[in-house]
Amino acid sequence: MSQVPLTHILIVSSALFFIGMYGLFTRRNLITMLMSVELILNSANINFVAFNRYLYPDRLDGVFFTLFIVAIAAAEAAVAIAIIINLYRNFKSIDVEAADEMKF
Amino acid sequence: MPNSAYIVLIPLLPLAGFVLLGLFGRRYFPRSSGVIGTGLMVVSTGLAFWVAYQYFAAYLTGGNQEIVPVRLSWLTFSPGFSIDMSVILDPISVMMIVVVTFISLMVHIYSLGYMKGEARYGTYFAFLGLFTFSMLGLVLAENILETYIFWELVGCSSFLLIGYYFDRPSAVRAANKAFIVTRFADLGFLIGILILSFHAQTLDFRTLMSRLAEPDSRLASITTTSFLGISLLSWGLALVFVGGAGKSALFPLHIWLPDAMEGPTPVSALIHAATMVVAGVYLVARLYPVYAYFGSGVLQLILYVGAASALLAAIMACTQTDIKRVLAYSTMSQIGYMMFALGTFHPGGEAGTLGYTAAMFHLFTHAFFKALLFLCAGVIIHLVHSNEMTDMGGLRKLLPLTHVCFLIGCLAIAGIPPFAGFFSKEDILLAAWHANKLVYFIGLFTSGLTAFYMFRLYFSIFWSRPVREASGHHGEDRGGHPREAPFTMKLPLVILALGAVFAGFVPFSRLVTLSATPLAEEGVRFFWVFPVAAALIGLGIAGYLYRVASDRPERAAASVRGLYRFAYHKFYIDEVYSFITKRIIFNWIGRPAAWIDRNVVDGLMNGLAMGTARMSAAIKGFQSGKVQDYALYFFIGMAGLAVIFIYIYT
Repeated sequence: MSQVPLTHILIVSSALFFIGMYGLFTRRNLITMLMSVELILNSANINFVAFNRYLYPDRLDGVFFTLFIVAIAAAEAAVAIAIIINLYRNFKSIDVEAADEMKF
Repeated sequence: MPNSAYIVLIPLLPLAGFVLLGLFGRRYFPRSSGVIGTGLMVVSTGLAFWVAYQYFAAYLTGGNQEIVPVRLSWLTFSPGFSIDMSVILDPISVMMIVVVTFISLMVHIYSLGYMKGEARYGTYFAFLGLFTFSMLGLVLAENILETYIFWELVGCSSFLLIGYYFDRPSAVRAANKAFIVTRFADLGFLIGILILSFHAQTLDFRTLMSRLAEPDSRLASITTTSFLGISLLSWGLALVFVGGAGKSALFPLHIWLPDAMEGPTPVSALIHAATMVVAGVYLVARLYPVYAYFGSGVLQLILYVGAASALLAAIMACTQTDIKRVLAYSTMSQIGYMMFALGTFHPGGEAGTLGYTAAMFHLFTHAFFKALLFLCAGVIIHLVHSNEMTDMGGLRKLLPLTHVCFLIGCLAIAGIPPFAGFFSKEDILLAAWHANKLVYFIGLFTSGLTAFYMFRLYFSIFWSRPVREASGHHGEDRGGHPREAPFTMKLPLVILALGAVFAGFVPFSRLVTLSATPLAEEGVRFFWVFPVAAALIGLGIAGYLYRVASDRPERAAASVRGLYRFAYHKFYIDEVYSFITKRIIFNWIGRPAAWIDRNVVDGLMNGLAMGTARMSAAIKGFQSGKVQDYALYFFIGMAGLAVIFIYIYT
């Protein structure tokens, strides 16, 4: 079985990254934004695994990094959701445009 | 005089009084602060007399002439050059501490009665203590910078006391005027100090003089270098004299002294008659060897400035009606006498140094009778509640003691024998006779004028009106009995009157001389006739014009109307000053400076602030408050950094 070239994997991860970025900038719903952030994180994870596999096949550093990032992403999601709940309590909305108190 | 370090207590006790009363007087001793201040002054005066007794006893038996009992290194710049806080004892400083402590004590006692019931009683005595401390420090200072420090302190306490009634706008104005005029003159003093001490590499009076006396010392440069055709040494000495002239209210820097009479009367007696205003004379006397042997041109200046002050002030005094102002002009005139006496030095023999002794002698006697006159004026003003001569008259029965004391003071200042002023004034005129005939005749004429204006004052206050009329006007207390003054006010009058009678018998020509050897009593035969005759003529004219109220003074004034008006308006010197300051300095220096300040300095700052404000207004739109915008900037920033690292940095 011929190997998938590295560039293909990088294209996938870049696509994932920019989809996440697009979601982050265009969505107004905080939950959707959080999901977009997860996409960005996972694109980074794919990069880690791919570079690990192609550059240092005999080592597992990148894979472990990925595991850590998944764990941290879970914690981050918990924190983000706590923030979103607080925001909802204050503004009765999870629309990010509603929370523009911090302007000049 | 071994172990005489206790002499520092003489100035330090009044300082202690100042600190104590200044900090706690108002709260803890609102009633007793006067007694505390006076008690400290009694001790200080006693010590001063003891020191003087010991010093002159040793001096007359050929003791060391100059003693430095206390030396305190304060700021050491290099091994050979330091600023010390030291005390020097020589005949003039010992004489001055006696005068200063004694007059200050009298004024303290007098103020116990005079200032009773004032709201700021404690503050008043605190200021008196500060003044006495500074004046004693000035007198005892051993180097010229120390002198300067105390000189400014004296000016500061004078400012505080003139402005004692700070709720009166005129007093505030007078205090500011006094401070600014003397400060302006002190600028000259400071520059003079810098010139002298820079070239002599010392601040110490005695080192300065000994270095100047060496012909081939490092000071050669100061006498050869010239600026505008006058040697630097002369410039230095002249500038020091300008400082002295400002403090001593010599023409044309005298304008602050008449206004300074806004202060309480005892203060005028102490500061603006007996002690502070003679500081300029003292300063010149302190540096006298330098003036005498290296500054003959400056001495000429001193001679003419002194003579002009004496004459002009006497003329102005003849036309004033405020009794304190008359006394102020007379002070100025007498200081003019002292100054031109100092200017009469001429080399060769003892006769040339007579002026020095005479000036110090007149300073000594003048302190007594002028303080006496001011304190008498204080009693009168206390009774009449007015400073104007025209509100007085016929007070001789109402104020019998004051009457006698005032008369003694007038006789003393007019130079009638055997009162104190006669002796000192005769010495001054003798010195002038030997030095410069023109100045002698000015002095003689001024002497007549002095007698005239003093007796004009005397007759206007105590005669000129029937006694009964006067007692109906004022001076009756609730019981209907006329009262003169409390005991505390009478006692200093009596003591000072005794001083005004007997101070002339102090053998000054043996005690205070330039060469430290007694002067031979070589007089001109019947020399005293002319001054006494001049004084008697002045006295007679005053008696003729003012003894009984009449229209004679008006007619006399009308006959010299131009001169009278000129003198009445003080020769328009105040107007000249305000013309110079308001029209010339304000318009040509003040306004451009203000313009530069407003437009350039402020403009720079305002421009900076405005630029910042505009800039931030322009970019504050970035702070939209929207999270996604921030995320976008963040992303752009990261992308930018990535571009930099990938394409440029490698």
